[in-house]
Amino acid sequence: MPYIPHTQEELHEMLSVVGVRDLDGLFADIPPEMRPKQFNLPKGQSEAAVCAYFEGLAAKNCPDIMSFLGAGYYAHDIPKAVDALSGRSEFYTSYTPYQPECSQGTLQAIFEFQTAVSRLMGMDCANASVYDGGSAIFEAAMMAVRATRHRVLVVDEAVNPIWRVMLASYISSLDLELKTVKQEKGVSRLDALMAAIDDTTAAVIVQNPNFFGAVADYTQVFAKAREHKAFGVISVYPVMQSVLKTPGEMGADVAVAEGQSLGMPLSFGGPYLGIMTCRKEHIRQFPGRIVGRTNDLDGKTGYVLTLQAREQHIRRAKATSNICSNQALCALRSLIYMSLLGPCGLTRLAENNMALTRYAVERLTAIKGIELLNDAPYGNEVALRLPMPAQSLVDALAAHGCVPGYPLGRYYPGMENVLLLACTERNSRQQIGMLAETVGGLL
Amino acid sequence: MKTIFAKSVPGRSAFCIESEAPKAADMLPAGLLRKEEPRLPQCSELDVVRHFTGLSKLNYCVDANFYPLGSCTMKYNPKFTEYVASLPGFTRLHPMLAQMGRSVGCTQGALECLYQAENMLCELTGMKAFTLQPMAGANGEFVGVKLIAAYHKAKGRNPKKMLIPDAAHGTNPASAALAGFEAINIESRDGMVDPDAIVAAIQKYGDDVAGLMMTCPNTLGLMEVHLPRIVAELRKIDALLYYDGANMNAIMGKMRVGDVGFDVVHLNVHKTLSTPHGGGGPGAGPVGVSECLVPFLPAPRVRKGQDGAFYLDYDVPQSIGYMGPFYGSFGIMVRALAYMLRLGAEGLTRASEYAVLNANYLKKRLEKTLDIPYANRLCAHEFVASAPEGTRALDIAKALLDRGFHAPTIYFPLIVHECLMAEPTETESKETLDSFVQALQDIMLQARSNPQALLDAPVTLPARRMDETAAARNMILTEDMG
Repeated sequence: MPYIPHTQEELHEMLSVVGVRDLDGLFADIPPEMRPKQFNLPKGQSEAAVCAYFEGLAAKNCPDIMSFLGAGYYAHDIPKAVDALSGRSEFYTSYTPYQPECSQGTLQAIFEFQTAVSRLMGMDCANASVYDGGSAIFEAAMMAVRATRHRVLVVDEAVNPIWRVMLASYISSLDLELKTVKQEKGVSRLDALMAAIDDTTAAVIVQNPNFFGAVADYTQVFAKAREHKAFGVISVYPVMQSVLKTPGEMGADVAVAEGQSLGMPLSFGGPYLGIMTCRKEHIRQFPGRIVGRTNDLDGKTGYVLTLQAREQHIRRAKATSNICSNQALCALRSLIYMSLLGPCGLTRLAENNMALTRYAVERLTAIKGIELLNDAPYGNEVALRLPMPAQSLVDALAAHGCVPGYPLGRYYPGMENVLLLACTERNSRQQIGMLAETVGGLL
Repeated sequence: MKTIFAKSVPGRSAFCIESEAPKAADMLPAGLLRKEEPRLPQCSELDVVRHFTGLSKLNYCVDANFYPLGSCTMKYNPKFTEYVASLPGFTRLHPMLAQMGRSVGCTQGALECLYQAENMLCELTGMKAFTLQPMAGANGEFVGVKLIAAYHKAKGRNPKKMLIPDAAHGTNPASAALAGFEAINIESRDGMVDPDAIVAAIQKYGDDVAGLMMTCPNTLGLMEVHLPRIVAELRKIDALLYYDGANMNAIMGKMRVGDVGFDVVHLNVHKTLSTPHGGGGPGAGPVGVSECLVPFLPAPRVRKGQDGAFYLDYDVPQSIGYMGPFYGSFGIMVRALAYMLRLGAEGLTRASEYAVLNANYLKKRLEKTLDIPYANRLCAHEFVASAPEGTRALDIAKALLDRGFHAPTIYFPLIVHECLMAEPTETESKETLDSFVQALQDIMLQARSNPQALLDAPVTLPARRMDETAAARNMILTEDMG
């Protein structure tokens, strides 16, 4: 009996203490008519057999295909120490730190995470994390709605379309309105964003670099939002944030991120990490768990879950969010990752990947018919206009064991010929050379 | 312990890429760059390893301590599932590779995992279909109530009331509110949902009742014996039944929620299916539905084609949309699937049998030590107790910590006085339960002989009781705020 320690003797002794004849007697409150109509799950298997089954499934995937696919989720190298430390039983098999005296490890780690992401974003404070980058945007929007009592969310069309669909889905049964401001050739239109803000605006939501890889300064947009008592909300890519102007410097109220690139494997879509930071004055509107520093009875520094009056287990229907937990282990991984790289490591990583992307642009735009979609500054991702549908190029290159990027037509009708290409440290100049030669050969 | 920031030494880095790349300032306009580099920790690899190893030692965890936290199902997490989820064929897979069309057919193994997981969850619960998209239990609740809203909207109705028992987890009313419903509190009777209170609510609100959210067995650890009548009453007005899967570990193989009339269910795979709790996430909260809700499920659905190949189907016209970025917490679902395959029908049934056995044994052994309401009834996988007259649940919890046990859940559910809620799970042995009983007996003796000792507990841990009032008042939430 896997994972069940009871011997037959113990079983009988315990049954007699409880006063039932057999195990099924414990379920007397479930009458025959409420028992399962069927229960046709397969028979259990040995550990080795289950492992072999998954080894077989994993072998059907080809994760190490040469890929220039980013679109908000990036293939980064993860130092092995991240797995080793986050995999320690004490982190891995504990739970939400309700009892601080025996959970100081988790609590201090979250406090350090809150510090690290606040500093990265140039913001005052952070929560203990939410599910992912998309739900972080939703939670930020709801903060704004509660604080301003306004009902219109102005969203840049150049925000990751997956997150925009999530946002629309999440708010669909609430009395809120989503006003989407069109991008132009992959560039966020600051003037149009500003023109869309008025006294009904709860928040203006932008992304930097935007989904197309373009970098901008949203300071004016946030200033306009403030004039109308609206929130400025920005989503960033944490690796690039090591070099880019911070949300804090731009005057954002809430800054969020998908934290996957900070030590989370791509893992086919999750689990990921939603990072949320904000300005101090909005702290009481914050969703989810927050850790604070205090002293214990002996005056020793320690950490606790704090400001819990905002949360569902206290406030129930009136809570700032329905979130019960956070992504503690993912937050821990990101903290370990940031601690290993440090400012120098994260900055050089961003610069390395930006340089690779520039080399890819140089090589690919040298091919007749391929050009940059726009002339905006970009980070490690860029939109390229092709002389053919991007999906056709993807199909053609599949035979060569290469994925050149993300075809944008899926989410941006009219951009069927545009490819979104990203480089990370898992790409190389040699790979880029091969990509350019193959594409050149096809065109 | 000093923070990692306090241990930093300027100029150190454990991991800095060797690169010929120019500086950011040579690639981007100055106005787009940050003024100073981020003040992240500066450490050697050993500095980092020592720091986090040191932090880890300050935690209790299932691998080292009995952790009977009620409603959380802190059972043992088999080690092999971590190996399975760590296979590079899974971890290095970009989710969008599955959206690149059939030419890029390199995600078949991963899609098969999702397909298998959905099928097995359907059989486990008796539901028609599952979405694996929700990223946690509470996220699953939100998806579930959104589905209920979509169902009524498709019928041209807009009911606004969600019935929620007073013993429910706080996430239930919070999730309902987030989806635009008004939570209507249903008072319990005899520790169960009172069917007469349901009838009264239906009479009062009529067609404005969208549904009922139930936890079964409930948070008091009691089976809801009036369930058939409750289902019948809600059916009369075409309101839907939501099953909060927090306590699913009590009924596997004994009751399928789909068979008894529930329309929507979320599972907490980190509880029932033994994926690690990770200090509070990541978990996963897949949602199962009955026939009438299938059209509204989030997109995409994973399908198997005529040729046996798996694909993503985004053509779900009545879908409530995207509730997560992709196909769910894949790495967590892989672990859950591995656990289900390892145990099979018989093993999962046994898990529930022994979880319930352990809870009833513990409850029986503690009858003379704590005040146990509903003592004459069998409990499910967990039970509630009140701290005896003159003692507080909080102090008993702290005294347990001193004796090497994690405390039960305290002060929940709110309807039980000085509540302690214990859930031993099936993976704990009789001697562990006996030593826990012994510890509680010692604590109650001490409460009489030396009450101050209880108020002082814990004294053996890295930290004493914390000043939580000061924490809320001073709001030191980062290294830079204090």
